[in-house]
Amino acid sequence: MKRSLKALTLLVSGAITATAPGVAWSQAARSYISIVGSSTVYPFATVVAERFGGTGKYKTPKVESTGSGGGIKLFCGGVGVQYPDIANSSRAIKPAELKDCVAHGVKDVIEIKIGYDGIVLAESVAAPGLNLSMRDIWLALAKQVPDPKGKQTFVANPYKTWKDLNPQLPAEVIEVLGPPPTSGTRDAFVELAMEGGCKSFPWIKAIKEQDENRFKQICHTMREDGRFIEAGENDNLIVQKLKANRNAVGIFGYSFLEQNSDSVKGSLVDGVEPTFENIASGTYPVSRPLFFYVKKAHIGSIPGIAEYLKEFASLKAMGEEGYLADRGLVPLSPAEYKAVVGQVNKLVTMPLPR
Amino acid sequence: MMVPDDDRSSRQLSPEETRRRVDASLRRRYRRERLFRFYGLFSVCLGVVFLLLLFGTIIGNGYSAFRQSFIHLDIHFDADVIDPDGARDSDVLSVADYSLLVKAALRELIPEAASRAERRELNQLVSAGAIFSLRDTVMADPQILGQTKPLWLPLNSEVDLWLKAQASGKVGAEVSTRLSEQQLAWLERLQAGERIELRLNRAFFTSGDSREPELAGIWGATKGSFFMLLVTLLLSFPLGVAAAIYLEEFARRSWWVDVVEVNINNLAAVPSIVFGLLGLAVFINFFGLPRSAPLVGGLVLTLMTLPVVIIASRAAIKSVPPSVREAALGIGASPMQMVFHHVLPLAMPGMLTGAIIGMARALGESAPLLMIGMVAFIVDVPSGPMSPSTALPVQIYLWADSPERAFVERTSAAIMVLLAFLLVMNATAVWLRSRFERRW
Repeated sequence: MKRSLKALTLLVSGAITATAPGVAWSQAARSYISIVGSSTVYPFATVVAERFGGTGKYKTPKVESTGSGGGIKLFCGGVGVQYPDIANSSRAIKPAELKDCVAHGVKDVIEIKIGYDGIVLAESVAAPGLNLSMRDIWLALAKQVPDPKGKQTFVANPYKTWKDLNPQLPAEVIEVLGPPPTSGTRDAFVELAMEGGCKSFPWIKAIKEQDENRFKQICHTMREDGRFIEAGENDNLIVQKLKANRNAVGIFGYSFLEQNSDSVKGSLVDGVEPTFENIASGTYPVSRPLFFYVKKAHIGSIPGIAEYLKEFASLKAMGEEGYLADRGLVPLSPAEYKAVVGQVNKLVTMPLPR
Repeated sequence: MMVPDDDRSSRQLSPEETRRRVDASLRRRYRRERLFRFYGLFSVCLGVVFLLLLFGTIIGNGYSAFRQSFIHLDIHFDADVIDPDGARDSDVLSVADYSLLVKAALRELIPEAASRAERRELNQLVSAGAIFSLRDTVMADPQILGQTKPLWLPLNSEVDLWLKAQASGKVGAEVSTRLSEQQLAWLERLQAGERIELRLNRAFFTSGDSREPELAGIWGATKGSFFMLLVTLLLSFPLGVAAAIYLEEFARRSWWVDVVEVNINNLAAVPSIVFGLLGLAVFINFFGLPRSAPLVGGLVLTLMTLPVVIIASRAAIKSVPPSVREAALGIGASPMQMVFHHVLPLAMPGMLTGAIIGMARALGESAPLLMIGMVAFIVDVPSGPMSPSTALPVQIYLWADSPERAFVERTSAAIMVLLAFLLVMNATAVWLRSRFERRW
């Protein structure tokens, strides 16, 4: 007993002394690339990271799924091995975020657009299929809608079935499963689809000039009476629910539609089907660009960053028939792709905010 | 209560009436007891049903992940493709395009796939990870260049799902798949030629994470969890036991000890995410430890398990009868000798049990790891407590969130592995208790 206790004490003191010089570690070199950011870009960045590491020349980068905002905040924390090298984002970096970056000494940021992600409204393949306009989407999901009697006032959303809001739609109960407000998919859906439908009323559009906040509150607020259901961040869960309930409509990223195309299908928006071609050509209206941001100061001190960028921007990854396209990333147009390749080769940084 | 005599006599009951009343109340009491037992049994049964349902779904979904379909290909290691210069330089060998070898072998098996689109469909059948095993083969033995060697290579996860559905007896339209008619026809031909086989999925137990479901494994996450628990055990057990001994045996009762005691009890009830935030602020931002390191994870989990260990250890020390202490002190032992020679050995089984149960809780924890960057895609298996890694529950979360459908079965399989570890740990706790515990 006595001896084992002595051994234990030794182990503890060893463990404690091992933790003490933590500050020293932060100065030590890091041999792998550290990537943080959006959970929407995560499935694509990880595929590239794995292929990049698979060649054996560099270590496989570490990709954290922190969400766009959280990732950019970490990224802008400063220059040095303890800060990430790359931030993935499902939206462009905001001027305020870029200022924060500069304030922490991150002055050279390279912005790279990697492709597009369509946001789809999907149903079970057994369902007859919907053809929605943006206005239908907004009327079905907004908390307050214009008085159906035609006056320019708002009432709490009275619509119970799709037919109520547009006689051409089926008389099925409105039941939409979507992501929670913390999700980037939700942000993009609200900005593109909801606001798009909202703006189709000229008198509401006029509010935007007078009172931006009121306009946002009208257009961006989702109904809370149980017809729009926040189904959590897990898109697989939404797909499962759509399979079980053919009345339900789910909102998620195109890659999930692509992977589950045998059980769910996309609804038409403004008459356009959410297909790969339609999103790539820009005819499908609810799509957004995806980005990642690179700290130029780290190129050279962390091994492999420039090579990782080249792998990402290569034809076999980002190209029209690349492996990212197989995963559901909608590729850039040839002109945009060319611009990105030029950027990667020359490492062009973003202009500093004033 | 005082009851007047005459009143009692007026209520004098006949023996028959008494018996009747007693019988009636007895029946009622028996009925109540039966009902209560039924309620108890019902709750137990309900619990068992839910447990079986949970295990049933997880095992039903996950058992198939332990097998994986492979294709038997005669790979010709063409020296002109891999190493045109003939220098056998390892840099050249590591970046060569091994997918060409797989494509050539497939074309030999199915020569009629001639058009570009057809060949693309054909090549999709084999996993994108097949090239890694080819590269490893060549790097291990460059002499193989120029020879032909039959190899079992993993098939794509979509193919794997279809083959497994077929193996479980489903046919035709019952199986929903994204494979084309043409691909299915090729697969049936390859099956007839005994080129395809379901084999043990060794990669699942030996490799790290991957975005190709057929290559993804839990070894990386398991090792990450192991390093984390090691740090937690090494810190929380000695610290917890020392704190418990001091509080129970040496500290004089004062308001200060009361405050410490209340705080320890409160800490045990704090949600684990709070410890994650604390870990982020203290260990990463202040001490500058690296993100995603099992060491930081272990430190955070130590904060979380420490109160549990202290409380369990104090209970174990309390259960040692005072006579043992008095006897030791009576024959001249110092208080420290009394504690270390007599009380601690007797309390050890209880302390270990508490520690193991605390560790089991720590093993299943994912929320605090979110804050310190362990929710990450990490392919390389960690080599120590400082290299980036994930943990088992985090791996489950990441796979459950992946769009590729083959991750469904792998998620369940990973849950099975985690449950197995928890079961082993809890069984050890039970065994320790029954083996070493002394009753007074």
